[in-house]
Amino acid sequence: MQTPEEYELSRRGVLVGGAASVATVTMVPIGTAAAATPPAKSPPTAKVAFEVNGTARELELDTRTSLLDALREHLHLTGTKKGCDHGQCGACTVIVDGRRINSCLTLAVMHEGEKITTIEGLGTPDKMHAMQDAFVTHDGYQCGYCTPGQICSAVAVLDEIKAGVPSHVTADLGAAPAVTKVELRERMSGNICRCGAYSNIIDAITDVAGVKA
Amino acid sequence: MKFDTPATTNPIDQMKIVGKPTNRIEGPLKTTGTAPYAYERHDVAANQAYGYVVGSAIAKGRIASMNLDEARAAPGVIAIVTADNAGKLAKGDFNTAKLLGGPDIEHYHQAIALVVADSFEQARAAASLVRVEYARGKGAYDLAAAIDTAIKPKASFGTEPDSAVGNFAAAFAAAPVQIDARYTTPDHSHAMMEPHASIAAWEGDKLTVWTSNQMIAWSVGDMAKTLGIPKENIRFDSPYIGGGFGGKLFNRADVLLAALGAKAAKRPVKVALPRPLMINNTTHRPATIQRVRLGATADGKLTAIGHESWSGDLPGGGPETAVAQTRLLYAGENRMTAMRLAVLDLPEGNAMRAPGEAPGLMALEIAVDELAEKLGIDPIALRVLNDTQVDPEKPSRPFSQRQLNKCLETGADKFGWSKRAKPGATRDGRWLVGMGVAAAFRNNLNGPSAARVRLAKSGVVTVETDMTDIGTGTYTIIAQTAAEMMGVPLDKVAVKLGDSAFPVSAGSGGQWGANSSTAGVYAACVKLREAVVQKLGLASDAVFAGGKVKAGRRSVALGDAAADGELVAEDKMEYGDLAEKFQQSTFGAHFVEVGVDAMTGEIRVRRMLAVCAAGRILNPKAARSQVIGAMTMGAGAALMEELAVDKRFGFFVNHDLAGYEVPVHADIPHQEVIFLDEADPTTSPMKAKGVGELGICGVAAAVANAVYNATGVRVRNYPITLDKLLGKLPDMV
Repeated sequence: MQTPEEYELSRRGVLVGGAASVATVTMVPIGTAAAATPPAKSPPTAKVAFEVNGTARELELDTRTSLLDALREHLHLTGTKKGCDHGQCGACTVIVDGRRINSCLTLAVMHEGEKITTIEGLGTPDKMHAMQDAFVTHDGYQCGYCTPGQICSAVAVLDEIKAGVPSHVTADLGAAPAVTKVELRERMSGNICRCGAYSNIIDAITDVAGVKA
Repeated sequence: MKFDTPATTNPIDQMKIVGKPTNRIEGPLKTTGTAPYAYERHDVAANQAYGYVVGSAIAKGRIASMNLDEARAAPGVIAIVTADNAGKLAKGDFNTAKLLGGPDIEHYHQAIALVVADSFEQARAAASLVRVEYARGKGAYDLAAAIDTAIKPKASFGTEPDSAVGNFAAAFAAAPVQIDARYTTPDHSHAMMEPHASIAAWEGDKLTVWTSNQMIAWSVGDMAKTLGIPKENIRFDSPYIGGGFGGKLFNRADVLLAALGAKAAKRPVKVALPRPLMINNTTHRPATIQRVRLGATADGKLTAIGHESWSGDLPGGGPETAVAQTRLLYAGENRMTAMRLAVLDLPEGNAMRAPGEAPGLMALEIAVDELAEKLGIDPIALRVLNDTQVDPEKPSRPFSQRQLNKCLETGADKFGWSKRAKPGATRDGRWLVGMGVAAAFRNNLNGPSAARVRLAKSGVVTVETDMTDIGTGTYTIIAQTAAEMMGVPLDKVAVKLGDSAFPVSAGSGGQWGANSSTAGVYAACVKLREAVVQKLGLASDAVFAGGKVKAGRRSVALGDAAADGELVAEDKMEYGDLAEKFQQSTFGAHFVEVGVDAMTGEIRVRRMLAVCAAGRILNPKAARSQVIGAMTMGAGAALMEELAVDKRFGFFVNHDLAGYEVPVHADIPHQEVIFLDEADPTTSPMKAKGVGELGICGVAAAVANAVYNATGVRVRNYPITLDKLLGKLPDMV
């Protein structure tokens, strides 16, 4: 068993200052901390043009802007949710050129010319997409915060299965994957629902897929 | 309206709308991304700036110095708030640690600064340029090591830390069959999907915040106290809340810092806690060490029940009340419970879904399973044998209703319990298969709750209350209540929630929300009915149905009562002493089947069933969702959820959703829920109770008992991960 002093040289120890009673604790590379205060410069920006829900959009963005923040903060399409900003929860799932992605893990400027579909592009309260309707019918949500990501993911999952894309649980890679609960659970596992609506979400998706899984 | 005698027949009993499995009325908004959550309110205040929170990098000690020069000079920075420049701030009554730390630091990731900038990217970048020097202090971070320093805490919410009936020590010593075991439950995180978030705007000395909060009135009061301004000058608005589970009962750093940031920046400021900050910055369910002692006769009658629990919290905090259910769940003449509290300098412990019962039943219901095995009695039969219809500490006080036995027996029948074999004896290919059961128990609580109802000429009824919907279905059950009371269809009711300008409700917590808030709406509707009858000059026994009011041969459209102007009624439901005369509790039985990989020890939940007896179920669809969601969280507690404590530096290491594992789709099978038919006239005119927390109570123990039945390995330290099974699994044939 190591004593605390013996941990001194671990990475965490360096970051939090080891056993020293007074320590500088910042996350910048060694050497820059003592540098003179840099003059404030405006961050680099870039223009990007893409299509969102069928409408051409053009933005000039700080290049650090994630696709998620471009949608939420610049286009005010707030249906796409920020749950973790680190690709861990799936709340920010959108469909880009037919594939679902975590929009928090990609910079907006990387999507020049692409076609982006968000939850707002699938349907509206007056004209809901079949998947949105099924989530209401099956109570496939509770607080509603992961819901747009679950729905975008679900729509894309059915397309993936239709296109023959296998998953970790597909037993026969040579055969077309089927819409089964096991396949759906595996493919939907990147979308966390802390309210725990999973059982109902799977019912909603199988309903839309038109199968008794 | 005062509720002080058991309810008789009232308009809710028609059950034309209440009690139906209606879709959520806000469902189309949630599924199309048009329900506005706190951070998304671009429309409410122009020119919003972005705040980014800096958290302390030490758990205990003080800030020796802070250098803000680089951060201030960074592009786009408007203001930086620290304890140094924020002015005098008090601590809210519901907070144990300050929301803005410095110079003293009370826990890791305690907020110490807010950097406000024109954009999120600029605020985030500048926050990384705040230079802090700390003087680290010595702290206590290890519950097991601190157990000897634990003291008897003072009573909280009227509950004494110790209870004693009869002579436990003698009865336990004399019992022919005994169980004496220690169990541990780790720290848990709420990990709701929506991070804590707020937008704040000042107009003169008036503050408005758009936030995500379960308890509006508590939090307005605490904000007023913290800022030292009258609560009349503060408005909270929280119509949609992306999950809470107790983590949003109180103000957190986002709302205070948004208010301070907006003041400093002289423009509206929005702040969300970054996910990696949330777990150490906010509250969590504290870890427990529990000792359960059960003494029984050879034929299974409990004669001695003892339950002790140790937990830790920051100075001034409270214990995890893990022994609470043990005072009421089973019969037994000699009983004792005790809670002890150690000072730990970890982040603040506080309520998480079913505080007390959730970790308490994780231990007690394994102990009961162990006793059943030792006695050679079926665990359901043992529980049924030890049922009590009265408060075991005060036999003159009956339970208002108690159908625990029926829950157990109904579930056994439905689940195929009779097929359960002895431990380690059921195989399905590579899987060892087992079944487990546990009782669910959680008290029903009622809180005063007010509402305002408006009747328009169109016949539309609008309900206003500061009650919140945290995914619980509040919008829908309130609409159902108003529709039933006023005799209109559901689409003629509008529900407005979460605004502190509305009458004060019970709020969302402790599974008291559904019954309490709808009872408040009931009271307001009774007043509105009186106003309608008077306005229309009808007899007081007029019938409200089909959008009409009928008395004798007269039938008038409801909206006609508002022909000369809107009718408005407001009332509050308050409670007499029925909850003292009767023990009001909710009951259930959880059944779980697991498969354990005979080689690797991997545990898979194969089937789950809950049978619940929880008063009138106002909306079976939303209530079922509450229960399956709680079962999911219980499965997480059983199999994966654990905040890993760094005992050297005093923080939770796995402080994001990659490190703190919660159940995902692949972990959860199809779930079944059965509600027993019940209506409890002692709880309110709604005759309802709560289900949102009942659903998590006992689930983890049912999983643990199923793992034991599958493998013959008894794990008493949660979570039950495969490393705790390896080397102990039955020999492969």
